Amino acid sequence: MLRYLRRILLAVLVRPMARLLIGMHCQGLEHLPKFGPAIIAANHNSHIDTLVLLCLFPTKTLDILRPVAAADHFLANPLSSWFSRNIVGIIPLKRKPVFGEDILAEAKDALDEGQILIVFPEGTRGDPEEMAPFKAGIARLADHCPKAPIIPVYIHGAGRALPKGEMFVPMNVSAYVGEPVFWHENRSLFMEELKGAILTLKAQAPPMHWD
Amino acid sequence: MEDTGYFEAALVGAPNPLSIGIAAVFIALIIGTLAAFILPRLQKGKWTDLGPRMYSWWVIVGIIVAALYLGKMPFIILFGLISFLALKEYLSLAPTRKEDRPIILLAYSAIIVAYWAIAIDEYPFFLTLVPVYLFLGLALAMAWIGRTEGYLATVGIIYWGVVVCVTNVGYVALLMQVPPMELPLQSPTGLVFFLLVITEVNDVAQYVWGKSFGKNKITPNVSPNKTWEGAIGGFVTTFLIIWFLGPVFTPLKGLPLALLGVLLPIAGFGGDITMSAIKRDLGVKDTSNALPGHGGILDRIDSLTFTAPIYFHFLAYFALDKF
Repeated sequence: MLRYLRRILLAVLVRPMARLLIGMHCQGLEHLPKFGPAIIAANHNSHIDTLVLLCLFPTKTLDILRPVAAADHFLANPLSSWFSRNIVGIIPLKRKPVFGEDILAEAKDALDEGQILIVFPEGTRGDPEEMAPFKAGIARLADHCPKAPIIPVYIHGAGRALPKGEMFVPMNVSAYVGEPVFWHENRSLFMEELKGAILTLKAQAPPMHWD
Repeated sequence: MEDTGYFEAALVGAPNPLSIGIAAVFIALIIGTLAAFILPRLQKGKWTDLGPRMYSWWVIVGIIVAALYLGKMPFIILFGLISFLALKEYLSLAPTRKEDRPIILLAYSAIIVAYWAIAIDEYPFFLTLVPVYLFLGLALAMAWIGRTEGYLATVGIIYWGVVVCVTNVGYVALLMQVPPMELPLQSPTGLVFFLLVITEVNDVAQYVWGKSFGKNKITPNVSPNKTWEGAIGGFVTTFLIIWFLGPVFTPLKGLPLALLGVLLPIAGFGGDITMSAIKRDLGVKDTSNALPGHGGILDRIDSLTFTAPIYFHFLAYFALDKF
């Protein structure tokens, strides 16, 4: 039931609204995976990043799409928690774990079940339209499931349409999807490669005159 | 019900010029679509964007023709939507400051104000509320925010977008408020149809003449693909169409019609190179890729933002009692 509610909301409400209000003119959609396990790695400046990524996929792939999101933020009250878990379909991530606990356990299970994770390697939205250093969680997930392709995505303009803690203003947001990157044993090299792939996509976006 | 009665009559009576015109547009689309299938096979590597370009044309023409047949209000709402998409595209590209986000929201209110004035048929409101008073409001609100560095440039940038995308595009919708009895076809639909057709034919004719005979660049720094041969060929083609078909669709004739025939194609060219200059300044090739094969909404309506006010004011001054 919920699965269909999620599909319907996305197809008849979220996707048309996104096209109207933020344009969603995207490139490289052919690189998106059709099935899991896979990891989508994108830059993160805004709450609409998750919606943008959900809207990129065909409706039927939605069932296996799971954004990994901060538990302290999204599970803050019952309504937000229900919506985040069932409609957005998040895997909650505890940012302050109890000692010895694997905070990525649920995300790893999802990969093992053949789902597609949406991960923001910066870990937080940060300053509008700027990229923060990547956190190691993405490498641990890739290490756990080495056959999963990691698809780099650069989201352009989301931090301007809806920056952290401010109101929404309609402005065009676009996503640039690149060719997959795969895990290899050298963690720092892997992280460099992934970050480089996202920065290459960033260079394709139109210049942003905003200061 | 005046604006729909005309079409009911059209359905039972003999073919009228508007039906023939719309049929001609669809025939042109079919020919273009066939060319999009055949040409890439004859010359490998060339004509690759003709396919997506024709696909977008079908969508554009389909939506506009549907709105024209639905009547006055749906058409006004459609153009309000086009103004919104164009202004959003412009504000997403133009340089703005972080503090200006509320000002951008205020700029969008121009669409509601202008199209409300059109919908309630208050021409003086349309002429003053956005171009004069919203202009003052934007400048005041921005001064209130308090960042003075870059103030004048940003007020100018935002106002430019509002006038081009809202007021100038709004003139197309305003044409729907021309009283039917002042027009040869007893309906403003033909008036709007004729403006859109001559504006787009002018674009296409300049392109075709330029591709076929173009040699001498007309604006090498702004738009290097434009040539004197293309521009003049296009101007003459559009003049002839306006001269011969103008009396069918508009109340203009004689010298005013000839003058419109000269000025409108030049205005269309002006809109085109103005947008090119802006794109050069901002470092982009297209304003977005909302319309595959064309670029953005602004790439498609750039000529119209110049031709619509001129067409309207020519009609208002020389032929219409109401305006």
